Amino acid sequence: MSIQLKVNNVAASVDVSPETPLLWVLRDVLHLTGSKYSCGIGMCGACTVLIGGHAVRSCMTPVGSLGNQPITTIEGLSPDGLHPLQVAWEALDVPQCGYCQAGQIMSAAALLEHTPHPTDAEIDTAMSGNLCRCGTYTRIRQAIQQAAQTGAATPAK
Amino acid sequence: MKINRRSFLQMSALAGGGFALSLHCPRLAAAQAPTTPSDLTPQAFIHIASDGVVTIMARASESGQGMRNMLPMLIAEELDVEWKDVRVQQAELNEKVYGRQFSGGSANTPQGWEPMRRVGAAGRQMLITAAAQTWAVPEAECTTQPGRVIHAASGRSAGYGELAARAAALPAPALSSVKLKDPKDYRIIGHSQPGVDTHAIVTGKPLFGIDVELPGMLYASIEKAPVFAGKVKSANLEQIRKLPSVRHVLIIDGGITPAALTPWEPGMEPGIAIVADTWWQAQQARKQLKVDWDLGPAATQSTEGFTAKAVELLKAAPTSTVRKYGDVDAALKTSAKVVEATYQFPFIAHVTMEPQGATAHWKDGKLEMWSTSTLPADGVGLVAKTLGIQQSDISTHMVRSGGSFGRRLQNDYLAEAAWIAKRIDAPVKLLWSREDDIVHDAFRPGATVGMKGGLDAQGKITAWRHHFVTFGDGKQATSGGGMGQDSYPAGFPPAYALYTSMQPLMLRTGALRAPGDNAYCWVAQSFLDELAHAAGRDPLEIQLDLLSNKQMPWSSGDHDAVGDHEPTGPSVLIPDRFKGVLELVAEKSGWATRTKQPGRGMGIAAWFCHLGYFAEVADVSVDAQNKVTLHRVWAAGDVGSQIINPNAAESMGQGGIMEGMGHLAQEITLVSGKVQQSNFQNHPLMRMRQTPKIEVYWRKTDYSPTGLGEPTLPPILPAITNAIFAATGKRIRTLPLQRSGFSWA
Repeated sequence: MSIQLKVNNVAASVDVSPETPLLWVLRDVLHLTGSKYSCGIGMCGACTVLIGGHAVRSCMTPVGSLGNQPITTIEGLSPDGLHPLQVAWEALDVPQCGYCQAGQIMSAAALLEHTPHPTDAEIDTAMSGNLCRCGTYTRIRQAIQQAAQTGAATPAK
Repeated sequence: MKINRRSFLQMSALAGGGFALSLHCPRLAAAQAPTTPSDLTPQAFIHIASDGVVTIMARASESGQGMRNMLPMLIAEELDVEWKDVRVQQAELNEKVYGRQFSGGSANTPQGWEPMRRVGAAGRQMLITAAAQTWAVPEAECTTQPGRVIHAASGRSAGYGELAARAAALPAPALSSVKLKDPKDYRIIGHSQPGVDTHAIVTGKPLFGIDVELPGMLYASIEKAPVFAGKVKSANLEQIRKLPSVRHVLIIDGGITPAALTPWEPGMEPGIAIVADTWWQAQQARKQLKVDWDLGPAATQSTEGFTAKAVELLKAAPTSTVRKYGDVDAALKTSAKVVEATYQFPFIAHVTMEPQGATAHWKDGKLEMWSTSTLPADGVGLVAKTLGIQQSDISTHMVRSGGSFGRRLQNDYLAEAAWIAKRIDAPVKLLWSREDDIVHDAFRPGATVGMKGGLDAQGKITAWRHHFVTFGDGKQATSGGGMGQDSYPAGFPPAYALYTSMQPLMLRTGALRAPGDNAYCWVAQSFLDELAHAAGRDPLEIQLDLLSNKQMPWSSGDHDAVGDHEPTGPSVLIPDRFKGVLELVAEKSGWATRTKQPGRGMGIAAWFCHLGYFAEVADVSVDAQNKVTLHRVWAAGDVGSQIINPNAAESMGQGGIMEGMGHLAQEITLVSGKVQQSNFQNHPLMRMRQTPKIEVYWRKTDYSPTGLGEPTLPPILPAITNAIFAATGKRIRTLPLQRSGFSWA
């Protein structure tokens, strides 16, 4: 059956069964491979996307459950790759292997959306669902703090 | 991987008649290329476009250690260009052109430091020669500024882009003849350069093995027995073939016969490969499989059985002696105090964030592979053997991976993808599920170690005896389970013995970051802490004292579980370097004036491995439920005279510490041969809320630079468990922590 989606402000029609997890529709049908598979059970956060501004684990989200809610993936976080989080991630050179980082950034984007100036404790709470096997957490925390500062200095998007 | 064709211009076109082509067709290049790595040429690594854009080939695979930065930075420094003008491109696999293309053993720094700089310097020399010929002036009067050759006497200068065509036509100078920069003039080395792939990572561009897409590609998933090397007796294959989108269902017989010693690269495990239009559909079809397995002899194995056998072996006389000097038994008898303890550490899995997988395409008798292997040339060998084809019919693209930590030194997943590709008429991407990845890992083997140490009346160490009960066939230990003759503290105690005994293991094991050392360090540095407390001495002081009294010469080179891929360089422990990092970390952490209070403590440990020295201090608190919080870590490292990319180096140091924390809580257990762990809920990684403040300091010494992917890790385990002892008085001798009644908060 055909399912209508709105991904990164683009309408898409996909012919998959409704229980297919959003992650696999993004990756293998829409060829948006920025969202990553790692655990498949919502424990690592590598597949995190924004749905209606909230961080959601796409590996556990049936595509048929989304209705017409807008979906944002790492590819659509900013038009130019210059979201304050992306800028901060680059400035601090956060990634090592880099595999988890799209999910980290999307979780951080949801955090800043609702808490523009998070404390370290709020960052830890919001980000502890995202695993980084390389252990770049120190840099991730710094990058979120840096983005929160620069984001505040930037007029509303 | 997208290959940027634009950047291969004059140099490549003119050098050797077809270098650009060689990147897409290694077989052709192999016929024309130099035959030994000592014949590395600047043309192979450096491509300069007429507009001055410099493309540098990264020869080693990238899985997060920063190899795509580090090696090209060495070339760019000596070539004398601005780093911002450099484009880095991943080389295809072709060791005849690039030399060893291996990322493991923290070896790329020591093995690349000299040759890569010489490649860059030779390229610079060719550009100078080209300018001197153009201007008809002596070469000696020409110098360079970044990206330009200058002839000061006549006021002439030319950009590298203008000179590239002429330079490329020149013979390359002998690498040994070129002059290298004085390190004080470095503009790139020693200055933090952000990861060349960071922008692609933060914008979600296709980059990793799992992201490879080819037209008409199908997706594969493999169901394997829950027990190592179990074979398919029968299965409902006809039913699975009828499922929607399923294109192929293939039985893999595999070639593994379980035996007491499993080879490093045993080949494919048996299973059933399902090939479908999408990976999710292949996974769904897997769920419908009904398989009758012949589980084979490995089904008799269990963690309980291993432990019982290890205890039995520990009581018996050791079966072999790795290193012995002095009369350790006599020394123990006459010691004023003898400390005895048994340490045990478990099997653990690699759990790279990107599970194993590969993409392969068989067409017209040739195989093209997209490989995340960190030992890709061995992958070609394994694939050729598995498929019964010639290595010359295989080409390999080296794709960034989402972590290796030693797992991708083995190539089983690559052989599987290639085997499937040869049987179908489309490109295929194989992906393991997380559960596949844990159950079929090449595990870090566990061990049980009986320790005995002697102290004299003054608290000096008189004897050190360890009986290391590992796995193997009695002659050879399983991969990652051997012990080296010079493993610390060999050479220091007046009497010393390292014995081993082995029990059979029918399971794939391998190298996990700092193989061997990631566990022996915990045993040796914990036991040293025990001896310090038994002697009433400070743990730092007793170790500095031990290091000051070397008794015996080293018997051989460094041990390295990766066998013949040992890094070059000073492979024996230099006591002053070991002491140096201990002293530095003590100073930074305020070790001498640390406060002691119930429930809070600091621990110290140090180690030498993979040519690097690290000492670490951990500050922990332990609550009433034995939940452990690591507040702060100080790390001091000595990897020689130069930190090549400081920002990345600090990150690598922090990462090693986070990984070590994870090791303390992980285990793989077997019941009836079946791995009991399956995903992150029972093989956990550390999370952000558990992240301590980590400070990394460098002690620069006059030695040639060496790698730091590995040596940062080992000391953190004993630093933490020694700190738990300081906080609680409880000595942790069994890992993971939860088997000793502790856990991470």
